[in-house]
Amino acid sequence: MKRQTLIKAEEVFFRVIMFLSSMIIAATLFLIIFSIFYKGLPSLSWDMVSQTPKGGFYFGKEGGILNAIVGSIYLAGGSTLLSLAIGLPLALFLNINIVSKKRLVNAIRFFLDLLWGIPSIVYGAFGFTLMIYLGLKTSLLAGIITVTLFILPIMVRAMDEVIKTIPIGLLEASYSLGSTKSETAYRIFFRQTIPGIVTAILLSFGRAIGDAASVLFTTGYTDHMPTSLTQPTATLPLAIFFQLSVPIREVQNRAYASAAILVFIILIISILSRIFARKFQKNQIK
Amino acid sequence: MQQDTKIEVKNLNLYIGKQHILKDINVSIPSNKITVIMGPSGCGKTTLLKSLNRLTDLYPEMKVTGMILIDGEDVFHPIEDITMIRQKMGLLSQRPYPLPMNIQKNVAYGLRISGRKRRKGIDKRVERYLQMVGLWDEVKDRLKDPASTLSIGQQQRLCLARGLAVDPQIILADEPTSALDPLSSQIIEQKFVELKEHYTIVVVTHILRQAKRIADNIVFMYLGEVIEQGPADEVLNNPQEEKTKAYLKGGLY
Repeated sequence: MKRQTLIKAEEVFFRVIMFLSSMIIAATLFLIIFSIFYKGLPSLSWDMVSQTPKGGFYFGKEGGILNAIVGSIYLAGGSTLLSLAIGLPLALFLNINIVSKKRLVNAIRFFLDLLWGIPSIVYGAFGFTLMIYLGLKTSLLAGIITVTLFILPIMVRAMDEVIKTIPIGLLEASYSLGSTKSETAYRIFFRQTIPGIVTAILLSFGRAIGDAASVLFTTGYTDHMPTSLTQPTATLPLAIFFQLSVPIREVQNRAYASAAILVFIILIISILSRIFARKFQKNQIK
Repeated sequence: MQQDTKIEVKNLNLYIGKQHILKDINVSIPSNKITVIMGPSGCGKTTLLKSLNRLTDLYPEMKVTGMILIDGEDVFHPIEDITMIRQKMGLLSQRPYPLPMNIQKNVAYGLRISGRKRRKGIDKRVERYLQMVGLWDEVKDRLKDPASTLSIGQQQRLCLARGLAVDPQIILADEPTSALDPLSSQIIEQKFVELKEHYTIVVVTHILRQAKRIADNIVFMYLGEVIEQGPADEVLNNPQEEKTKAYLKGGLY
């Protein structure tokens, strides 16, 4: 075969592979959203999002899942904020203060990656033993702590990956203006990487709000609205799980409606943070 | 003419692993003059420049021995904080790195971190420094635009203004025109000549013609050693060392 035809064949081959993999991803996303909305939308009503479960809700009677919506937002919001408070300084510290100790930094990255790989049910079990040790009952607080442990490695590594792409020239520029390490971290590196940091926060928030296994033992479940950190709290993934396990068609459809609400929340948070990130993106140094 | 020494490098040695990058450097840099560190690529010019404000800290593999005295104070064992010493020196790098913020804030940054809070004073100084580098007329209507929207030549002048705003005594420039077009390069060179009245300027370059245009004082380096140094006239017109002669003829790379 001529070299020309070979090159052509190679081009076509990789094009097809790229096309197929993009299609698989797009189709999966579309199918998930389609099936959730197809089954869920008819059951989605104002009652669903504005009321807590009434007696017999799980047998198809009246009520809604406001408790789980609010609970999930508290839980995911709380643990995302807590992770941010711990994770951002850690990611900056890794890349500025101890960046010259390459072995240490790589070891920390390795352990964070290990933690990232641990299934959330293990975090749930670990959170549960931690609760017993601390004398906590199933509560929003216990859930927030467990989920924070679970999403922290994800958030730190996602931020770390962005921060480490900052050119050393910017670091030199900052130092030669007389900045201290923390001024460099919070006035310059932070600004430069805001879009990436927002993505990291989103990623963590998505994991936090969507995970069922880590909250199963730690947050518990209740039909009441969460009013304090020490009370058990309902969450959307568990609401979906419980409704889906009821052998009544109507209740199962409500599970899909709940899933649609979960998708909505994630969508809204994504759009809001993109808008916020864009405000800062223009200042980025390429 | 009086020869005040601003920077004195004494027996400076720098190693990366087993590699000996800077070999027993002794250099004195006079104040209010343009000193050009000249030599072929890879001879340690940039490393020497970065040692001056201890950016070598960023590279843990570098081991440094010897002394660098700035106004008599050793950079490697400062009485004051290293950030204070760094504020005495503005740095211009090979490619401009503006800060990720708008044009005005870029210049104001140094003022802000050194504790000047008053808004009006800052605005005035920002204008003054932008005028000093000849950028004011070009950017006065777009001070709130991101610095990244400027052309690369403008960015380099912005970086110069940013450095000047910290009120340094020394300007360090590492091949400051290597990424710029001829016109922007010319502006930067011209600014250096204007600024030397108030500042001590150290420029690293491998461009011989640039050295000839702006240098008052020349340090010629080759393979990590200082071969020859002295007033530009003497080094350029009457070099003493064979290697300097060869380089000036274009035969040494």
